[in-house]
Amino acid sequence: MQWGSVEEFFAMGGYGLYVWASFGIAALCMGGEVLAVWRRSAAAGSRDES
Amino acid sequence: MSATGINWFKYSSPQAFHPLAGRMIPWFAAAAAGLIVVGLYVGFFVAPTDATQGDAYRIIFVHVPAAWMSMFLYVIMAIWAGIGLGLNARPSFMMAQAIAPTGAMFTFLALFTGSMWGKPTWGAWWVWDARLTSELILLFQYIGIILLRSSIDDLRRADRASAVLALVGVINVPIIYFSVKWWNTLHQGASVSITAAPTMAGTMVTAMLVMMVGFWMYSIAVTLARVRCVIIERERQPSWGKSASLPDVAEAR
Repeated sequence: MQWGSVEEFFAMGGYGLYVWASFGIAALCMGGEVLAVWRRSAAAGSRDES
Repeated sequence: MSATGINWFKYSSPQAFHPLAGRMIPWFAAAAAGLIVVGLYVGFFVAPTDATQGDAYRIIFVHVPAAWMSMFLYVIMAIWAGIGLGLNARPSFMMAQAIAPTGAMFTFLALFTGSMWGKPTWGAWWVWDARLTSELILLFQYIGIILLRSSIDDLRRADRASAVLALVGVINVPIIYFSVKWWNTLHQGASVSITAAPTMAGTMVTAMLVMMVGFWMYSIAVTLARVRCVIIERERQPSWGKSASLPDVAEAR
């Protein structure tokens, strides 16, 4: 591991904003999609699943 | 289906596919979560800093898998659309319908993360480069297919129209893929950042591939979950005959 400290890790060699924005938006999009499908599934109702 | 005596096609009926998809989702979801966690760990804690791009290169671990998924999913959506048109198979159209939003999401992610990577390395959020422009067109194609479907009330016509649009648009996928070879683009070739530092290639490639497989598993899980919604939503349509569908389920089981 090349990170000396937590601050160093989050700084990403000065590219922290770009790196964390990329991964943050990716997490938001994918998490949001899962949530959306979940809610759509709940709205559709279970068929006859038991 | 059992009336025909061909069990092989049992799961081609939406009523039978619905519970099967439900059983498959947890496995794909677990695989996705595990692979993404491992991929992020290798990408952030094992893979070293790139010699030329510094730590900005770590965006590759989400950018490349997202970009690949945007193209893969389009091709798979077009294949389902083609099967649907060729065999007039309703479940195929449902699969195509279920894939489109995930494909659009990954296309957006590829563009967004690319922009985040472009600013520090190229000095620009966006350039009208062949690779970027063709990927942007892919996003519009996904949106167009989704909007065309939602704008037609008759399900059969919506299925066929969006399938035709998906099939015609598949021409853009090889254009995206080969754009970095066909044109003199600012976007780097497939493996420049990897070959630039050969000693680092191993763990970087591993992280990228693990993330890619993780995104695949994610896509399968989400698509199966969505196709289950589509099956139920369509069942509620008057033309389907709700009363007739429930005995079919019992029979299929």
